[in-house]
Amino acid sequence: MASADIITQVLSNGVTVLVEPMLHVQSAAITILHPTGSIYDAPGRSGTAAVLAELLPRGAGSRSARDLSAALDRLGVQRSTAVGPQHITISAATTAECLPRAIELLASAVTSPHLNPDDFHSARDLVRQTLHATEDEPQQRLGRHLRQCSYDAPWGLPPGGMLSDIDAIVPDDVRNHFDRYARPEETIIAVAGNIRPEQILDELQRSLGDWQGGPGGRPETRPRQDAPRHIEHQSAQTHIGLSWPAVPYSHERYYEAWVAVSVLSGGMSSRLFTRVRERRGLCYAVSASLHSLRDRACVLGYAGTTNERAQQTLEAVVHEIRGLPEGLTEAELQRCRAQAKSALIMQQESTSSRAASLARDQWHLGRVRSLEEVRNIIDGITADDVRRYALDHAPRELVLVTIGPDPLNTDCLADAAAAV
Amino acid sequence: MTWPSENAALRKTIMRFDELELPNGLTVIAELTPSVHSVAAGFFVRTGARDETAALSGVSHFLEHMAFKGNDRYTADDVNRIFDDIGARYNASTGEDITTYYAAVLPEYLDTAVKMLSVLMQPSLRQDDFDIEKNVILEEIGMYEDMPSFAAYDRAMATHFSGHALGQSILGTVDSIQALSIDQMRAYHRRQYHAGNIVLAVAGNTTVEEIRRLSEEFCSSIPAGSASRTVTEPSPQPRTEFFPKEGTEHQYLMQIGTAPAPDDPLRFAAELLAVIVGDDSGSRLFWEIVHPGHADSADLSFNEYDGTGTWMACLSCHPDRAADNLLRMQQVFESVNRQGVTDDELEQARNKVASRIVLYGERPMGRLSSLGNNWMYRTEYRSAADDLAAVRKITQQDIRTLLDRYPLEPVTTVGVGPLTERPAACL
Repeated sequence: MASADIITQVLSNGVTVLVEPMLHVQSAAITILHPTGSIYDAPGRSGTAAVLAELLPRGAGSRSARDLSAALDRLGVQRSTAVGPQHITISAATTAECLPRAIELLASAVTSPHLNPDDFHSARDLVRQTLHATEDEPQQRLGRHLRQCSYDAPWGLPPGGMLSDIDAIVPDDVRNHFDRYARPEETIIAVAGNIRPEQILDELQRSLGDWQGGPGGRPETRPRQDAPRHIEHQSAQTHIGLSWPAVPYSHERYYEAWVAVSVLSGGMSSRLFTRVRERRGLCYAVSASLHSLRDRACVLGYAGTTNERAQQTLEAVVHEIRGLPEGLTEAELQRCRAQAKSALIMQQESTSSRAASLARDQWHLGRVRSLEEVRNIIDGITADDVRRYALDHAPRELVLVTIGPDPLNTDCLADAAAAV
Repeated sequence: MTWPSENAALRKTIMRFDELELPNGLTVIAELTPSVHSVAAGFFVRTGARDETAALSGVSHFLEHMAFKGNDRYTADDVNRIFDDIGARYNASTGEDITTYYAAVLPEYLDTAVKMLSVLMQPSLRQDDFDIEKNVILEEIGMYEDMPSFAAYDRAMATHFSGHALGQSILGTVDSIQALSIDQMRAYHRRQYHAGNIVLAVAGNTTVEEIRRLSEEFCSSIPAGSASRTVTEPSPQPRTEFFPKEGTEHQYLMQIGTAPAPDDPLRFAAELLAVIVGDDSGSRLFWEIVHPGHADSADLSFNEYDGTGTWMACLSCHPDRAADNLLRMQQVFESVNRQGVTDDELEQARNKVASRIVLYGERPMGRLSSLGNNWMYRTEYRSAADDLAAVRKITQQDIRTLLDRYPLEPVTTVGVGPLTERPAACL
């Protein structure tokens, strides 16, 4: 599990670059964390970052949108853009020898996009229709509302924007968003694959070493939405979302939190899956996952269940969450270690996963944690550690959001809280 | 522009293919790649929704769930616990043609993985497990009902293949699942899960000796014999159906036409054409419909089924835009049918598909799926390098032949959303 070969370098303008050569693969992948995420959307203009993300590849540097797209396609570059609270993330992968030639193309999109006002309306239209589509998908809507109730604004606001705000966004908002927040000092670029690091570093220095960005800034905190909350929807199922606070990725107890959540929902032998689904047949989908921003984190839980059984399902899930510290066995812990080990090793078979992981580490920790180090941490965690974590971080209040025909009785949230 | 020379890169990987047959008739195929970190194994069973009668609708998928409930030796909890103990990534899926059970593990756990996968092939099918799991299936039906894009797929397939086995729903309906008995499921299992109907595929870091040993030890008890499937030619009739869905605001549209079957050499040309016309970026539909913001998605895919193939176009947009978008889509199809594609488009598509083959093929899990499907549909082994070479060879002439034989002509149009009928275009 050697990760000793990872090279970290800061370009002359402040962009942090990480490169990991992987000699047993044929591909290479790049992840760019561009510090223009949705937390920087001005109040009432939620969706600005989403429109920017649509506009970035629509012409940059000397190339039109079509030229840029054709140039990337000729290199076989598979690519995606995702808007998150903190970043717009650009991910791309292709065969190892084509990747260096793609760097200049991708770099132009993040440093010198045209942001042509003529393209603005079509990009905003596309974002509006994407949001409109999710109105019919209760599970997705639930996730958006749950995060709004779990984090203060703007951290909990939907990264893709909100329909109610979308028409207020004008071309200048997008231009200002880019000019102010796109800056090399907070940009992280990670490359993993069968590449020569010197070549990648040269290519990056040449393509974006001269880029100078905006002043940056920090958004103002605004209150989160109140919970519990019910959204009425004539759906076949009642969709239940629950959340409670956890420690972020950079916290020294993060992996204890990870093990605790894995015991709840890490595999098909986890407690939620066996006790709520397999033994009682209350739902098809039931899960909990750790969601971490840089300085705050939550566990986000979900269950989808037919309306008649929704109350029973809510109570069963809350019971498992509250009972987490109880009866924690060495066997449960051992399964978490096995899962972590196999996930870490299999990550080395995917250049895209490695690039994403390098960039994430750098953002959260300011350095890359080697796979060896992660494995040692997890191997060193005892059942007592996890039990203590679960007790220390036992949720005082559970945030509940439901979508379905009828609201649920929330007494089980209060009762259990009193018991703890 | 030079071609990405992924062929040279792939040649560096030492790879070996092997095939063996057990005395009970079970075929084992393996692609051995010592340079990777993991190994994936899977049972591909030639059974699916198309093998069901109306009274059994949904039984293949329900049975796939029941497989995880164990046998006389292992309880349901044991099965999941043992897979988790070895850190396996495992699951199963049911389609129209094939049901697959698979696991990716570190090489030292391959024996446990194959042992447990083989338990899934001969489950006890206990009544009490069946009664509980029935609820999980009903929940799964409810979940997909709340996802209009899935509802659109189901309706489109049912409409296009109306009267043909391929039109049968994978999940079944609430009524068919509620009426299903454990005895019906046991009979279906006895009929379909024969060694001659099952292929064990293995891809990744292991050896032939190991695979031989494991398959002999764990697969020999699967009963010999094979199940019959009569494959008839579908003859879809032009139909347009709109299924209004209460409480929805967004419109989903699907169109299906006839494309090459899995054994047709034109299938590689078909894959490239689908990328040129309907990939999620840089395609004709992307530039005409998505890029201008007329719809949030518009794509075209090529799909293969036992005995036939489909072009499937999907469109998702505001209902007010549906009519114009359908017209735009039609114009794209007509223009391609008439004038074909440009040399640039063909070259870009070759490179996109080639890099996908490389990226997908780096993980044993990705190779397993390709290995199994090639065997199930064509009884042939194809390495990633074989597929790359085939993609490279596609010419403008192939695309022309394809379009003359299988033009982009939707036979079926289905809508799911607020609209009650196909709206008139006003472009």
